[in-house]
Amino acid sequence: MLRRITLYGLLLFAWLFAVSTASALSPESAKAIAVGDNDDRIKALSAALVTPDDNLSNLVEALLADTAKVAGDQVLIVTDGKAVIAATGAEAPLPAVVEDVVNNNRMRQALEGAKAAFGLFSDSVRVRNNAITELRESADESKLPLIDRALAKETDASLKAKLEQLRAAMLIASSDKQKRLDAIVALTASAQPSVKSLLQERMKAGVETDPEVRAALTTAIKTVEDRLAWGERLGVVFTGLSLGSILFLVALGLAITYGLMGVINMAHGELLMIGAYATYLVQNVFRKFMPGAFDYYIIAAIPLSFLAAALVGAILERTVIRWLYGRPLETLLATWGISLMLIQLVRTFFGAQNVPVENPSWLSGGVQVLPNLTLPFNRIAIIFFAFFVLAGVSLLISKTRLGLFVRGVTQNRSMAACMGVNTAKIDTYAFALGAGIAGLAGCALSQVGNVGPDLGQGYIVDSFMVVVLGGVGQLAGTVYAGLGLGVLNKFLEGWTGAVLAKIIVLVFIVVFIQRRPQGIFALKGRSAEA
Amino acid sequence: MNTTTLPSSPIASIAPPVPSLLTLRGKVVVAAVLAILVVIIPVLNVMVPATSAFHMSDYAVSLLGKIMCYAICALAMDLIWGYTGILSLGHGLFFALGGYAMGMYLMRQIGRDGVYHSDLPDFMVFLDWKTAPWTWAGSESFIFQMILVVAVPGLLAFIFGYFAFRSRIKGVYFSIITQALTFAAMLLFFRNETGFGGNNGFTDFKRILGIPTATSSMRVTLCVLTGLVLLGFYLMSKAIIASKYGRVLQAIRDAEGRVLFTGYNTLWYKLSIWTLSAMMCGVAGALYVPQVGIINPGEMSPAASIEIAIWTAVGGRATLIGPIIGAFFVTGAKSWFTVAFPEYWLYFLGALFIAVTLFLPQGIVGLVRKLAAKGGVK
Amino acid sequence: MTPDLLEEGSKRREAYLAKQAASQTAGTSGGQSASYGRVVSAADEVDVVHGGILYVDDITVSFDGFRALNKLTLNIAVGELRCIIGPNGAGKTTMMDVITGKTKPDSGRAFFGSNIDLLRLRESEIASRGVGRKFQKPTVFEQLSVFENLELALKMDRRVRASLMHKLTSADFDRIAEMLKLIHLRDSGSRTAGDLSHGQKQWLEIGMLLMQDPKLLLLDEPVAGMTDEETERTAELFLSLEGSHSLVVVEHDMKFIGELVNGGQREKKKIVTVLHEGSVLAEGALADVQANERVVEVYLGR
Repeated sequence: MLRRITLYGLLLFAWLFAVSTASALSPESAKAIAVGDNDDRIKALSAALVTPDDNLSNLVEALLADTAKVAGDQVLIVTDGKAVIAATGAEAPLPAVVEDVVNNNRMRQALEGAKAAFGLFSDSVRVRNNAITELRESADESKLPLIDRALAKETDASLKAKLEQLRAAMLIASSDKQKRLDAIVALTASAQPSVKSLLQERMKAGVETDPEVRAALTTAIKTVEDRLAWGERLGVVFTGLSLGSILFLVALGLAITYGLMGVINMAHGELLMIGAYATYLVQNVFRKFMPGAFDYYIIAAIPLSFLAAALVGAILERTVIRWLYGRPLETLLATWGISLMLIQLVRTFFGAQNVPVENPSWLSGGVQVLPNLTLPFNRIAIIFFAFFVLAGVSLLISKTRLGLFVRGVTQNRSMAACMGVNTAKIDTYAFALGAGIAGLAGCALSQVGNVGPDLGQGYIVDSFMVVVLGGVGQLAGTVYAGLGLGVLNKFLEGWTGAVLAKIIVLVFIVVFIQRRPQGIFALKGRSAEA
Repeated sequence: MNTTTLPSSPIASIAPPVPSLLTLRGKVVVAAVLAILVVIIPVLNVMVPATSAFHMSDYAVSLLGKIMCYAICALAMDLIWGYTGILSLGHGLFFALGGYAMGMYLMRQIGRDGVYHSDLPDFMVFLDWKTAPWTWAGSESFIFQMILVVAVPGLLAFIFGYFAFRSRIKGVYFSIITQALTFAAMLLFFRNETGFGGNNGFTDFKRILGIPTATSSMRVTLCVLTGLVLLGFYLMSKAIIASKYGRVLQAIRDAEGRVLFTGYNTLWYKLSIWTLSAMMCGVAGALYVPQVGIINPGEMSPAASIEIAIWTAVGGRATLIGPIIGAFFVTGAKSWFTVAFPEYWLYFLGALFIAVTLFLPQGIVGLVRKLAAKGGVK
Repeated sequence: MTPDLLEEGSKRREAYLAKQAASQTAGTSGGQSASYGRVVSAADEVDVVHGGILYVDDITVSFDGFRALNKLTLNIAVGELRCIIGPNGAGKTTMMDVITGKTKPDSGRAFFGSNIDLLRLRESEIASRGVGRKFQKPTVFEQLSVFENLELALKMDRRVRASLMHKLTSADFDRIAEMLKLIHLRDSGSRTAGDLSHGQKQWLEIGMLLMQDPKLLLLDEPVAGMTDEETERTAELFLSLEGSHSLVVVEHDMKFIGELVNGGQREKKKIVTVLHEGSVLAEGALADVQANERVVEVYLGR
């Protein structure tokens, strides 16, 4: 919308600037554009476009806005009860009888195309760029003179290249064989998905009949495809990495609660959900009380989602899980019960519907790496965030006193107790840490997906698979397994579809566990058997 | 089954009495259950007028039938979890597979009475399929589909179990993998291309063996049949548990390593009871579908499977009557809650999970026994 | 092998066979032992013609770079009672894991008798060929009765169908009753095994082992947690088994080792093996081993 308005604004500016230039739009051609048989009107429009000027531009606008009227031989533009003669731009008295101009869809399309063409002569690079993009959708030979003029005037190198391509796209349908062949050569340099479809369009039966041109088309399509394939491949890798980093962020909490402590926490997904809802609440608070700082709500949401989930985790550990150590199957059932209650709790307070969580402006949008590959900022941020959390956790586990105690208690509980470690307290801290990381993952998820009561349910199977695959008691295993599964999943999705990919991944894990029941990075030996 | 040849030597007295399958009291109870099933329920539903206080409504009959299907699942779960110590979180899959096998037959029985008046089931017409996929090859035949009811869950369980048990996957690992299995199957069945009606599954059944399903007498027949199957499975389980095979299963639960080093190849013990348990669930599913009138992939959701485990746990693991009581208690509570306080059902169910694991490891049966023992002391 | 060793082996074997024959004729109608002279050819019957019941040869097991067993070689003769000592982490339990099929070694060979390759068999197959194992921690079926524990260990067809149809015969009853008496649990047949004391559980596990009628018994710290009296009775039990069975006892308790080595058939010198860092450090008579400098060093430190 904004873009549109600027476009109009700039057009207006350009018109004011160029008002003194010689008028090329004659009253006759203005009339031919406005009245008559549609074919003739379009022809007249094309003819006028060869020498575009501001009056023509205004006329096209007016025709599209239904403010162009016909009175006798004059075409008038009527706004707010004032009339302007289309061909000259001079004011004129409003006649008593004016006829409306009727435009059907075909005519409108032609007018839209013409309107876009004017953008080519804007002073703004962005407007020119947009105009090229729009024209690409409706490329035909009739606008060729326009393009040629624009090319002559264009100074920006990249836009010039785009215009060349656009020209080629128009020429490809030319009746002159040599022009077609030249156009194909010019198009081969492109890496646009639209060029590929344009070339393929020409290959359809009955469109291009000349064998020589067809052969040229075939090679051109292949070249463009090869170039596009890179973008696609990188895209798969990126979405795979993105999914993988989410999976591994989700699984990292499990790696602590399940991997280190041996607690099967089926409510882990609901801890994610709590993190996501905490983010939602923080967002609402910022929106209401500090709308100016809204873009930075996420910075407050990260610690708060950690704390919220950690608090819930600590309460769970103290009230339920504590009594079930050493009975994994019972823990599984009890935590499942907890997850049911948490889901219902959220439904009671926030409703069963998804709640909206908005990206801060600096996380929306993305960076275009290749013509067919745009990396969204929020996904890039999550990848970095995941590694940041991983670094934090591994530092915490390997370098701090708490980490030392956690390792001590998980490896030899009674020995740690003998040495004066309050094992009960350490259990609570460790579990709360795992829960808090789940909260962080929930905060991250809120930036890329829906936030609702069922948020956690979708991740629980996946995240347990990551831990199982990575091997119990292994942070490194969790990382590799999470990233690996994410990328594998996305690769498979490419040629089997999402559901089958998921099934194949699950089957793969089941088979893998057969071969290596202890995971990728299993600890072998007696301790692992116990 | 009575061992009458107890040796006369004095040391024989150290042996615990070999339990016969049914004591006199047991026989009376079984006879009473039989009588209720075969005589009282049909009479109360069909013969007693609807105005009478003793009339059993159609709703009650189908609710009873449904719960008894669940009880079969709980019993099957008990054999594998309560007695053998293997917690399956994928039994809902076997239940659903049995249900789908039955559902296919019921879809075929609709004939041309569907919305599109085609020979093919409606969903296939909707998907613009010209012929039924190969999986539907024998679906016109009742016998064939009834074989599938046990064969498909049984075969899947056998193959999956063989690989899982052979590579010694046990404990929580096994549970999680079974959960992944049912989750994968659910995704598969959600797809229209799989050929089983996608996320709508099968519904709008008209008749079974040519007899309309929506009649009172059909409902009672199915309910009674379910009851008889449940009773049969109960007695079969009792025989299994009383045999030496049953004791090996319990030994596997207590110390599998010892069983291995005593010379038993536990693979075949676990695999046989696992497969049997899956087949029982398949039968339960097949009985369930015509009574409820619908089967869809929701039955394969991990939540559905884990609920089976909670029926067993609530009633009391490693007792045969416990799971049946548990299924009645939990699903009965669910029917009541979802009508009276639908908001609170999940709270109740969740609390039940926690309470049973924390305070009632032996379930309702264990609680009753404890109370009885206390009363005895006083 | 040297002629000396050959001769000793054949003597041992004769003694073993004689003792076995004697024990068999006591319980059966006779004639079954007449075949002891033949060369055992059945694939699942252990062949002890060469006088050895267990050959462990050059076995190496490593866990993530740590060598639990390092080219361990150990031979046990028929009817021998061998004590194995060694500090923690010497590889004693891993050795038992290899012999019973729980752990597959990286290299080396292990044979039961001269014909059964232990490395090709699963745990249950090894157990049914006649290798019994007692775990370090007493492992019984906690929720079954003592009687049922022994019943499951009773030697018979271990397959699924057989156990579905199985019924105890009066001979089985007698055998279980005898065992209950032997392990001093005569009046506890109907008790739940989980309710037994630690020492009683140890005894029950030994009883279960004996019910299988194994030819080789591997006993991992069998007297851990027993009272002095129970320990003494265990020593007596093992000594009574010597000759008819081959026993490998892993133990820390030197007093118990002393009782085993000095009791029983005194005419034979009993060998004690010391394991250290996964291989044999010393082997010989108890007194010699105890005097060995390296052994002292390992046990006491420098």
